[in-house]
Amino acid sequence: MQTVKMVITGPFSSGKTEFIRAISEIDVVTTDREISSVAEREEKEQTTVAMDFGRITVDDDLVLYLFGTPGQRRFDFMWEILAEGMLGFIVMVDSAKPETFREAKSILETFRAYAPTPYVVAANKQDHPDAWQPDDMRIALRIEPEVKLLPCVAKERDSVRDVLLELLYTILEEME
Amino acid sequence: MPLQGNLRDFTATQLLNLMNLSRRTGTLFIHEGVPTGEKDAMDKEKMAPGEERARVVFKDGKLVQATLAGQKGDLVAVLGKAGKLNDQQARIIRERAKGASDKALAMRLIGANYVTQKDIVVSIQQYTLDTVYELMSWREGPFRFDESAQPDKARILVPIDLENVIVEGARRIENDEILRDSIPNLDMALKFPENPKEKFKGIHLSVEAWRVVSYVNPKNTIRQIAKANNMSELEIRRVVYGLQQAGLVDIVKPLTEEKPGAPTGGKTGKGGKTGKPRQPGPSKDVVTRLIDRIKSI
Ligand SMILES: Nc1nc2c(ncn2[C@@H]2O[C@H](COP(=O)(O)OP(=O)(O)OP(=O)(O)O)[C@@H](O)[C@H]2O)c(=O)[nH]1
Ligand SMILES: [Mg+2]
Repeated sequence: MQTVKMVITGPFSSGKTEFIRAISEIDVVTTDREISSVAEREEKEQTTVAMDFGRITVDDDLVLYLFGTPGQRRFDFMWEILAEGMLGFIVMVDSAKPETFREAKSILETFRAYAPTPYVVAANKQDHPDAWQPDDMRIALRIEPEVKLLPCVAKERDSVRDVLLELLYTILEEME
Repeated sequence: MPLQGNLRDFTATQLLNLMNLSRRTGTLFIHEGVPTGEKDAMDKEKMAPGEERARVVFKDGKLVQATLAGQKGDLVAVLGKAGKLNDQQARIIRERAKGASDKALAMRLIGANYVTQKDIVVSIQQYTLDTVYELMSWREGPFRFDESAQPDKARILVPIDLENVIVEGARRIENDEILRDSIPNLDMALKFPENPKEKFKGIHLSVEAWRVVSYVNPKNTIRQIAKANNMSELEIRRVVYGLQQAGLVDIVKPLTEEKPGAPTGGKTGKGGKTGKPRQPGPSKDVVTRLIDRIKSI
């Protein structure tokens, strides 16, 4: 049986776990822990410590694994391990938190340096009233025109599916 | 369509770049930051917008007006600042003008041979530029862009191309922290973006900037360019920052000619781009099957 892997990365609380949860056929195996620091707790209760893990079965001999990286920098020793052998990756960005854009770009560059695999950027939380428009985020994050920057709402399965599909199309194009 | 944030996360230069590239029309408001006692997503003190510090008006991606809080910014103030009117003249004209629009006032001043039309255009332009150059050095402050806020109708608008402002503003940055943050590594190289001709059209570069531009080539590091031009680190950072923010050059890894037999790994030896050869990935068939499966979800 063949397995392929895609990695979902991005800053703290950008929606990586939510993204995998929306589309995985198994309950996402997350190694989320309760958050310790006060500042982070205001944001949400759980953060991913080691990784998230989701699965989509294609048929008897092909399975797609989705790995979510921990968002907090202090766990970044996990990133390179997770990046090993990935087919492509998605950088999740919280569109309503412009203070995280710089960090998102830095994570993107780090992953790009691990492997020359295709990737897309997901402008997540587009349902949020403070969300920046994807076009503005492209300029602010300095994403080249040939890289896809896609609007996303990780809470909605259709939206997650579209982002995954776009990444797969990109992978296919690069093979041609 | 909110476009809001804090200057500490963007810098005014980046914002001007955004206004330029997205051809925005509307007003950018910059405020004093008032601590809220809460933390933002990067664990920094969250700032609420306090008193207004400045407003900058754009039309179709061009700069048309900029005023600092507390400044009048009307024609009389502009001409006063430019030294075209002394205080007394300014006071008298203001008294007589009583509510006339700047346009009407300009006609009268030109008619009375106080100033020429060119004086007016140049003074307004300079006033706007001085204001923008000042706020380009600000490192903090909540901002908000409002598309519905239109320029003051009573004012004379002199549109200014932002590319020039960005390059020139960067050249004036005194605070080299901004520059160091943006260009931490002088061993990177420069390359032109796609369609550079298009981008350089109508740009007025300083002699210094042209010197740098003449060396743009992925094989030359920024440090080498500085050396060739006898520029200090601060000077080269200023020029490169301006060119980069205006979208005239991109910062890239330098192209090194690899010697045969030399090791190719990066400094850390961790593999990465030049390290491990790319593993033979899955076949096209696998990707097509994945696509069909995901489509069915
Ligand atoms: N409104 C909205 N909220 C979202 C969306 N995606 C995620 N969230 C919320 O944002 C918060 C963070 O989402 P997570 O999926 O835990 O983020 P993460 O990237 O896994 O976070 P870490 O593992 O801590 O780095 C949660 O409260 C989610 O419910 C979205 O598209 N829209
Ligand atoms: Mg998580």
